[in-house]
Amino acid sequence: MKALLAKLHLRDRHLSRALNIGTPYLWLGLFFLLPFAIVLHISLAETALAQPPYTSLWQWVDDGILQIRLNLPNFITVFSDDLYLAAFLNSLWVALVCTVACLLIGYPMAYAIATAPERHRIVLLMLIILPFWTSFLIRVYAWIGILGPSGLLNNFLMWLGAIDTPLTILHTQTAIYIGVVYSYLPFMILPLYANLTRLDFSLLEAAADLGCRPFKAFLKVTLPLSLPGIVAGSMLVFIPVVGEFVIPDLLGGPDSLMIGKILWTEFFSNKDWPLAAALAICLLGLLVVPFVLMQRLENRIGGDEL
Amino acid sequence: MPKLNTLRLTLTAICAGMLSALSPAQAEETVHLYNWNDYFAPNTLQEFQKQTGIRPVLDLYDTNDVLEAKLFAGKSGYDVVFPTSRPFGARQIQAGLYQPLDKAKLTGLDKMDPAVMASLKELDPDNAHLVPYLLGTTGLGINTAKVKEALGEGAATDTWAILFDPAQAAKLKGCGISMLDDATEAFAAALAYLGKDPNSRSEADLAAAEKVLKDARKNIRYFHSSQYIGDLANGDLCVAHGYSGDILQARSRAAEANKGVAVGFNIPKEGAVLATDVMAIPKDAPNPAAANAFIAFILQPAVIAEITDNVKYANANTAATPLVAESVRTDPGIYPAAAVKEKLIVLKTPKDKEQRNLNRLWTRIKTGR
Repeated sequence: MKALLAKLHLRDRHLSRALNIGTPYLWLGLFFLLPFAIVLHISLAETALAQPPYTSLWQWVDDGILQIRLNLPNFITVFSDDLYLAAFLNSLWVALVCTVACLLIGYPMAYAIATAPERHRIVLLMLIILPFWTSFLIRVYAWIGILGPSGLLNNFLMWLGAIDTPLTILHTQTAIYIGVVYSYLPFMILPLYANLTRLDFSLLEAAADLGCRPFKAFLKVTLPLSLPGIVAGSMLVFIPVVGEFVIPDLLGGPDSLMIGKILWTEFFSNKDWPLAAALAICLLGLLVVPFVLMQRLENRIGGDEL
Repeated sequence: MPKLNTLRLTLTAICAGMLSALSPAQAEETVHLYNWNDYFAPNTLQEFQKQTGIRPVLDLYDTNDVLEAKLFAGKSGYDVVFPTSRPFGARQIQAGLYQPLDKAKLTGLDKMDPAVMASLKELDPDNAHLVPYLLGTTGLGINTAKVKEALGEGAATDTWAILFDPAQAAKLKGCGISMLDDATEAFAAALAYLGKDPNSRSEADLAAAEKVLKDARKNIRYFHSSQYIGDLANGDLCVAHGYSGDILQARSRAAEANKGVAVGFNIPKEGAVLATDVMAIPKDAPNPAAANAFIAFILQPAVIAEITDNVKYANANTAATPLVAESVRTDPGIYPAAAVKEKLIVLKTPKDKEQRNLNRLWTRIKTGR
């Protein structure tokens, strides 16, 4: 009897373990692998004037022979046409600039919040999160009103007498930088804050006792310890910005070639779903590499801490 | 922000929805409409609900591309859509995206301008799927004072040259030039400027047009298909390549705002694209009967006349013309004179490969590569 109970108990444990491990995999399969498979499937098809506008990969020909046609030219086009490469590179560049800018602005802010008196912290955090209560789209639209030729900024500068003719900011790459940094700053601050609040500030006191100047102590103690926060924040900013569509569409000009916009053109103007899907697959490949590298870095840092 | 009319319409639709939600519970019928921004009169939807008891739900788009993508994806959930007949409607009929109209219920169809119906018949045999909605041209919106200041008194503004002649465009660059983000429209305009067939897809002609557009690009502030309405009205642009009605709506808004901005609309003398927007019922429409009822409602002369008065696009309903306000009926930008009409460009439906090639060239031009 006892043995049976123990056995049952063991089986229960196996079951719950399977559930515990299985759930994330199920999630991953359902919301990542399955859509990925669908996109991959479309990327290997050909365009057609039909609904949906691509051909089926397989068809039954007589005598039960299954014919599968894989159409690779989409991928060849992506690699042979320099437009796509240029768009990828510019997207990466915009993402890099914005990530660095978010870090430079976000780090001091996160540090200030983390070191603020406890009762002020909640208010300061609220101030970071509060803009999320307004629709993202409206906040980006608001920048059109601020940056436009007769917008708030230009009117203010002209009122001050700093400029005579309006600055052209809207519809340039600068406007994209401003819009992206503004929109993604909280994604940098929150992980950094979470990391910095766990920082043991007595380490800094120890450093000071041993004669280390504050700036050097920051470089030698705070910065290395907050590296996981920096990595997490940078990933949260960098990865979505590479594929960003709304901000470049609303604030960017004709020069700002970004892969999100190119995807839109292929999908909507050219009705070329297969090529758009091939581009999306390449974008994913492009993003997985830095992601894996950062994951490794994070693991290494984690290992050092132990 | 720039879309006051749109906002008003959306609010109207929402209010209409709320009002009917309060009325006693009955299985409520709805019709889902997918239309261009600023393309109904403010009371059109209310009036439809009053007449039929069917609740209209409206969504908006500003380019044919978005509508087409939804139709091709299938199950768009819309009952009535408003594509431009060429090349979009034609292509969508070829792909079998529309269901035939229930013509027995569409009284008033016989009042449609025979010339327009004949033109549609070329893409839609027997006029089985498409009903003309409104007609417009693609021309130039102009901030009259600023353009005069930049180009000098007496300079011609009814020509594509103010967009494509680098010497003239450079002078207008500072106060802002916009172009429609539409490959077909851009190439048609450039080819007309060069005196070539706007439908030409020959390599030499396209190369010449590409050069014109590439040279023009550095003077262009942005490429967009609806943003210019607000910017023209505010005085943030001085030349906009755009749809006639949109520009004329900007003119009305500028006059309403009374901030000293005067907007004009010119049909370029080299020729401009004539667009016929149509109503059609998607194959997988959830409520085709209500869709038919909506189209029948729009066919009423008083209804379409009211729309023309508000959105400044001409309609094809001969019975409605006398009901259109005189200022609108006699406006050459809305109802062009016969001599201008002859020069208007009717687009052909390009092959998929040709369209792709055109869009590809267009992306290169826009991004300066």
